[in-house]
Amino acid sequence: MKYIDEYRNRDEIFKYTDEISKIITQEWTLMEVCGGQTHSIVKYGLDQVLPSQVNLLHGPGCPVCVTPLEIIDQAITIAKKENVIFCSFGDMLRVPGSYTDLFSVKAAGNDVRIVYSPLDALKIAKKNPAKKIVFFAVGFETTAPANAMAVYQAALNKTDNFSILVSHVLVPPALETILGSKKNMVQAFLAAGHVCTIMGYQEYIPLAKKYKVPIIVTGFEPFDIVQGVYLCIKQLEEGKFEVENQYIRSVTKDGNVTAMDIVNKVFEITTRKWRGIGAITSSGLKLRNQFQEFDASLVFDTGSIIVKEPEDCISGLILQGIKKPPQCNAFGKTCNPDKPLGATMVSSEGACAAYFNYRKPEEP
Amino acid sequence: MKSNNLTCPIPFNENERITMAHGGGGKAMQKLIDSCIIETFDNQYLNEKNDSSVLPITNNKIAFTTDSFVIKPIFFPGGDIGSLAVIGTVNDLAVSGAEPRYISAAFIIEEGFLINDLFRIVKSMYETARKVGVEIVTGDTKVVEKGHGDGIYINTTGIGEFNITDLPSSKKIQEGDKIIINGDIARHGMAVMAAREGLEFESTIESDCEELSTIIKKLLDEGIRIHCMRDLTRGGLVSGLVEVIQQTNLSCIIEENKIFVKDEVNAACEILGLDPLYVANEGKFVMIIHQDDENKALKILHESNSGKHAVTIGQVAKTNPGNVLIKNFLGVTRYLEMINGEQLPRIC
Repeated sequence: MKYIDEYRNRDEIFKYTDEISKIITQEWTLMEVCGGQTHSIVKYGLDQVLPSQVNLLHGPGCPVCVTPLEIIDQAITIAKKENVIFCSFGDMLRVPGSYTDLFSVKAAGNDVRIVYSPLDALKIAKKNPAKKIVFFAVGFETTAPANAMAVYQAALNKTDNFSILVSHVLVPPALETILGSKKNMVQAFLAAGHVCTIMGYQEYIPLAKKYKVPIIVTGFEPFDIVQGVYLCIKQLEEGKFEVENQYIRSVTKDGNVTAMDIVNKVFEITTRKWRGIGAITSSGLKLRNQFQEFDASLVFDTGSIIVKEPEDCISGLILQGIKKPPQCNAFGKTCNPDKPLGATMVSSEGACAAYFNYRKPEEP
Repeated sequence: MKSNNLTCPIPFNENERITMAHGGGGKAMQKLIDSCIIETFDNQYLNEKNDSSVLPITNNKIAFTTDSFVIKPIFFPGGDIGSLAVIGTVNDLAVSGAEPRYISAAFIIEEGFLINDLFRIVKSMYETARKVGVEIVTGDTKVVEKGHGDGIYINTTGIGEFNITDLPSSKKIQEGDKIIINGDIARHGMAVMAAREGLEFESTIESDCEELSTIIKKLLDEGIRIHCMRDLTRGGLVSGLVEVIQQTNLSCIIEENKIFVKDEVNAACEILGLDPLYVANEGKFVMIIHQDDENKALKILHESNSGKHAVTIGQVAKTNPGNVLIKNFLGVTRYLEMINGEQLPRIC
């Protein structure tokens, strides 16, 4: 299959692992930002074909994982209301809130639907004028344009029975939080290719300079990741710290200007809480004032929701690359995809779920 | 006998719908069952119209299985709920080593369902059963109020007979056995998902919905030492293999690059973030056979329609007992676990 097969080519991949072996002189710690990359690394066993001096840490780029428990509870509260059709991407349904999940809410007879795009939710709104349709707008910069477009169109067509529950987060502020932490071990980043497809990579240039870390915009296929690692190691060994683009088939420096325009029109930057990490200044998006009527958190009164994370769960440390899943006492024991304690075990992109699905608990 | 001219025999107009009266036990029900169902299935056992059918068997052991079908949409590229209801049960019998003989068909129909659609389904069941050589010998029809069903549900129960004495079983699996699959995977699941969700791809994905009893009979008749078989429906290839190997002290080691997934199916899986190894099939089975019979089995499969693309995907080993392992194109081996619930499309 074009755009897939050539990036799963054994010879090309081993050519790069050989190159890395030739130039590497010491241990280096890299973080892949995106959960999709984590998934690829663990699924294909890329960490096992790379030289042992390359230490890969798994980053915070899993939208399901970083959505705060409070917002999941808020979603559940809204989904339970009379006359509501609650629409969501599939993988949010299994995420446990503090007392239940959206699948159980659906099973209890509420109208919860899996959609593939916020625009599908908008179609449902048009078909069901007597109902209130809420879309769970979760994700990074990648999903923001489609969500913005849904709200923009709803405003344009005066679709007044549609709203979105926003939990949008942005990558660069999270990277800055990791880099600024005293516990930071990350020496280079594989930046998330799809986020940069939308946003370009201008905003990573000052980060690379300030913290002296190479940042390589990287794709998701095995070849992409191995090549991204090579470019990181090459810079580290040469003492450089620049932003480079491995994912040139998708990413340009300036990004998708049309997509960014619609995001800016509809959303503005705000402080957001990241599950397991805490509040990060200017790290999220919220609807601008003129689109407030589409903000589900204002349309519905959900009261104030205060929740506590399970004490045994170290997903926060995992999301920051401080620990790896097998280092958690609960991993594979009290925590598994059937009964996840934290969101990193729920989403297929979460580091814990990736380790659980592809490796046995005893393996590092 | 309507077999050569299968148009709806009942004088219903094409917009006529199922009403509660069709389940009421009276004339309306009798008319529906007689003219739409019994006349279509038409066989000596059913035509007796007794409360139960009396069936002859030649051997002293039967295989007995049941399955319910609630698929949505009821018509999908490559099949429909009717063909699926026959094939599903036939294949369950076939992979036990039995030859399917008789099937029951129970319909739960929602008030308001188009009678024409019911007839399309009944006709499809008849045609599929005829192709396989099984007879639909008993049945039931219930009507539920509008809003209490999803159009139509079908349950089929099947009886098969054994012409072999040495039945396949996970207990017979031994080290070195070859693991063979009869073709490409993941087509049914993706066809249904695409149809259900209105996902449009460049080419339509067709379900692999196909009966397996003919080819399995051939393999058994030719003396292939089949140690164990599974049809790979919900949960896909992985669930089938894990289910089998967990009952043993052995492991399955399969090779990813031997497993064939059609381009359009692979593309759909990639877009939705689904792993084809876990996606449903309805015309695929995996068999674990004596290693010396590999070439002969493949030759038989390759000469058949349902096994044209059959391939050996791996073998049984002693290491890592109870597990299925997959070796990828980089030579890295990982475990394959059964999934928890359904695979869900990812956010991005």
